[in-house]
Amino acid sequence: MIVNEKIAIDHGLKKDEYKKICELLKRTPNMTELGIFSAMWNEHCSYKSSRLHLKKLPTKGKQVIQGPGENAGVIDIGDNDAIVFKIESHNHPSFIEPYQGAATGVGGIMRDVFTMGARPIANLNSIHFGSSQHKKTKNLLRGVVHGIGGYGNCMGVPTIAGQTSFDSSYNGNILVNAMTLGLVKKDKIFYSKAAGLNKPVIYVGSKTGRDGIHGASMASASFDDKIEEKKPTVQVGDPFTEKLLLEACLELMEGDSIIAIQDMGAAGLTSSSIEMASKGNLGIEINLNKVPCRETKMTPYEIMLSESQERMLIVLENGKEEQAKKIFDKWNLDFAVIGKTTKSKKIELFFDSEKVADIPVNTLVENSPMYDRKWKKAKLPKKNKINKDDINNLKIIQVLKKILANPNICSKEWIWQQYDHTVMGDTIQKPGGDSGVVRVHGSNKAVAASVDSSAVYCWAHPLTGGKQVVCESFRNLVSVGAKPIAITNCLNFGSPENEENMGEFVECVQGIGEASSYLKFPVVSGNVSFYNQTKDQGIKPTPSIGGVGLINDYTKMITMDFKEVDNVVLVIGKTEGHIDQSLFARVILDEKNGPPPEINLFNEKNNGETVLKLIDSNFIKSAHDISLGGIITAVSKMCIKGNKGINLKKPKYLISEIEYFFAEDQGRYIVEISKKDQKKVIDILNKNAVHYDDLGTINENMLFLNEKTKVTIDELKGFNTKWLKEYMRN
Amino acid sequence: MKISVIITLKKDVLDPQGKVIHQALDGMGFNDVNEVRQGKYFEIDTKETDPQKAKNKVEEMCKKLLANLVIENYKIIDAQ
Amino acid sequence: MRSAVITFPGSNCDRDMDVALKKFGFKNKMVWHQDVELPKSDLVVLPGGFSYGDYLRCGSMASKSKIMQSVINFANSGGLVMGICNGFQILVETGLVPGVLLRNKYLEFICKNVFVKISDKDSAYFKNIKNDVLELHIAHNEGNYFCTNDQLKEIEDNAQVAINYCNNEGKIEKSFNPNGSIKNIAGIFNKEKNVLGMMPHPERMIDSSLSGEDGSLFFKNLINNIK
Repeated sequence: MIVNEKIAIDHGLKKDEYKKICELLKRTPNMTELGIFSAMWNEHCSYKSSRLHLKKLPTKGKQVIQGPGENAGVIDIGDNDAIVFKIESHNHPSFIEPYQGAATGVGGIMRDVFTMGARPIANLNSIHFGSSQHKKTKNLLRGVVHGIGGYGNCMGVPTIAGQTSFDSSYNGNILVNAMTLGLVKKDKIFYSKAAGLNKPVIYVGSKTGRDGIHGASMASASFDDKIEEKKPTVQVGDPFTEKLLLEACLELMEGDSIIAIQDMGAAGLTSSSIEMASKGNLGIEINLNKVPCRETKMTPYEIMLSESQERMLIVLENGKEEQAKKIFDKWNLDFAVIGKTTKSKKIELFFDSEKVADIPVNTLVENSPMYDRKWKKAKLPKKNKINKDDINNLKIIQVLKKILANPNICSKEWIWQQYDHTVMGDTIQKPGGDSGVVRVHGSNKAVAASVDSSAVYCWAHPLTGGKQVVCESFRNLVSVGAKPIAITNCLNFGSPENEENMGEFVECVQGIGEASSYLKFPVVSGNVSFYNQTKDQGIKPTPSIGGVGLINDYTKMITMDFKEVDNVVLVIGKTEGHIDQSLFARVILDEKNGPPPEINLFNEKNNGETVLKLIDSNFIKSAHDISLGGIITAVSKMCIKGNKGINLKKPKYLISEIEYFFAEDQGRYIVEISKKDQKKVIDILNKNAVHYDDLGTINENMLFLNEKTKVTIDELKGFNTKWLKEYMRN
Repeated sequence: MKISVIITLKKDVLDPQGKVIHQALDGMGFNDVNEVRQGKYFEIDTKETDPQKAKNKVEEMCKKLLANLVIENYKIIDAQ
Repeated sequence: MRSAVITFPGSNCDRDMDVALKKFGFKNKMVWHQDVELPKSDLVVLPGGFSYGDYLRCGSMASKSKIMQSVINFANSGGLVMGICNGFQILVETGLVPGVLLRNKYLEFICKNVFVKISDKDSAYFKNIKNDVLELHIAHNEGNYFCTNDQLKEIEDNAQVAINYCNNEGKIEKSFNPNGSIKNIAGIFNKEKNVLGMMPHPERMIDSSLSGEDGSLFFKNLINNIK
């Protein structure tokens, strides 16, 4: 087929982009070449709409070994240990086929991590569905949860934490973001930069089939009525083969034969070979007849664009082929020498002895389009005037029950019980806490990780929302006693071609940048997912932040369950009574407007660091950050988990009890301390200028404010745990 | 009336189970196998007595539930 | 005491089992599924995981691997063979223990702590153990134990039931059954009680920082019984 502009547009390229390709090549590309360009130049691989803004994120720090640009980010956790981690989206495939979409998302992110030489030690995920009333939601949720579990469980990597939300803006575009952490020795990290001439290029793993051809382009297109037609691009995951691939790669990595290694993810062989060549400033020559294929009569176009899973590309030292092949034979995996590195700085493909593609690498990478898209700055919404009488007439306990049973607050046990969270024998904090925590095998250290997003805040005011998510991630790590080190971000947005959606992106990124820079919590890896929209309707802006922190002595880890009757409970941080955009405003007042709570970065940092000091001095018995649903929701969860109650004190401020208990002001924690330490703790708080409130003391089994306002913990637990299980099993 | 249906993965869709079963057979000495594809078999007993109508009903069941048309094909093999 | 843990392709609790056995004093060796000979051992463990991806039937293909003939011979000569989770499924497929393991009742993978009551303390596995109830951890999709009525009668007549799901007080009732297994069965022996298959993972409960410590009781008792 002769390529023309129409075919290029069918490949998702713009007119100008096609023109630029012809200029760069000084000729018309053939079909294979066009396929390669369209894959490399689409949003997913080229970051053409986001690059300009992502550059502004802080990516460096004392503990950062590798920032964005590699398969995953790497941080130093001391003693020659390093943690490799990244989060990635698999939104579009999961909406089309939830089981396989979610499963291959988990498979892909684990490959990104073990490509760098790290053994995966923990998985996390952030999943977002449409309204619980929407007819597709239940099946999508079930499929996604089974898919995540199906893959992660089989791999034998514990899924230690996650986040699930429901919002009608995801009715036609669910979000599935998967994150993996791996452990590696600092001197055994592998990168994707090819080096040296005439080095063999090796293909390992599964065979290539026609799966997901143009998946990367699909991920960059919005859903329209023709969605059915896009179905053949679904990939099927094979976690068993990936487990073998993991073991085989780690075995090969024990030696010194690998020069560069890259997994074949989006755009398969195309992006993996081009990235290795580009980073090494080299050329690569591939004989496509040597690529192990599952189907007969696959064309060069199909081989280059296939997104078959569980495959890797390796540049090996000369003469190490036999030794490497033995390892892959042992694990029953395909192994083929398919090409070599060259000095041409071109990607040259051969098929049936003919040259079928010849493209300078820089045209695909450095010369890929970069857009400064138009964007609209969001205004800070005006504060709502809430009628105080309306609020003051509400009964706290009734409101609390409603909030605890809300889909976005309720216990997600039904989900995480389906994930193996204890395999590998090092999980010391299970899902359901502020962060998941795994020990660094055989040491006293532990790594904490959490994943957060606050689409409602980001939608109300992207700049504030962007800051807030980073701060929440920071607090979730602090709450378990971990020192926050770095983050990975998965930026889920609508169309960059829509000025409002683009504005949401630009300002969320700015907010993320400001907060992470202030908190010294740099971004080391991430991914952008645009076009999360159906027709013209974009999702609420949803940046997911995966945070990672370190606990030097794992016996000092903190959990949120209340520990002992008569212990004193404090609120750290000031409560101003911010109700706009709170869960209370949405669920109880049915009020969706107004600004999100303000972020004060100084307080975030100061409060967090002070809590860490208190933990380090063994003063804290339990801790929990205050987020959705405010103080009383947070304290209820601590009661439920610890099977204890609390005698609450009447708030001393002028604001009403309802405002005090349900407000979502930021930078706050709840901590439990023993009476004998109270004076010392308060001294430290005062010395560090940290505001605190005395919230109450722990009792046996009752949340008690006064005789009219009380409820047993068992009853609260019922409201909190019932909803999801009943929703899914009915 | 009993209708039998076979659900198989579409031709180009990876069948991880079939692949591994093939490898295991190979390991056990059955080494002249070219390929193994795994599917599902259903027997549906329906009150319908007209074979054509019954087949149509089952076809609908396949489309709506039994097969995942994204990755699977169905074949009604028998009605008696 | 010497032990051997078999690694099948797709095993993923083999390392955890190795860590646990060593912690309680076993000299453990890892054995590859394609090996033919077992090393000299007092205990052979088939670990948990997803051997061969759980494809076809859980445990079916692993039960046909090369090493299994030696394991079967070892068991038939009275050697101690313990299968945990996927290892239990493999034992069932070899026929060393009776019955089958079906998918969990709610068709959902379950990962959580459960209580099990030790039903029989005559075997090398549970002899002398002080507790009647252990808190252990399960993580499986196919743990719903099933057998025919005739088999069940035989199993009960021979006191082959090792452990049953129960509550913290040892009450065996349906509501404490996580997966729908017949008679709340969580683990069974062969007739001679040298082969034990069970769904719970004692190796995940060997340290106070983990889900609990009852796994430690199990392993400490086991090594003392073998000595």
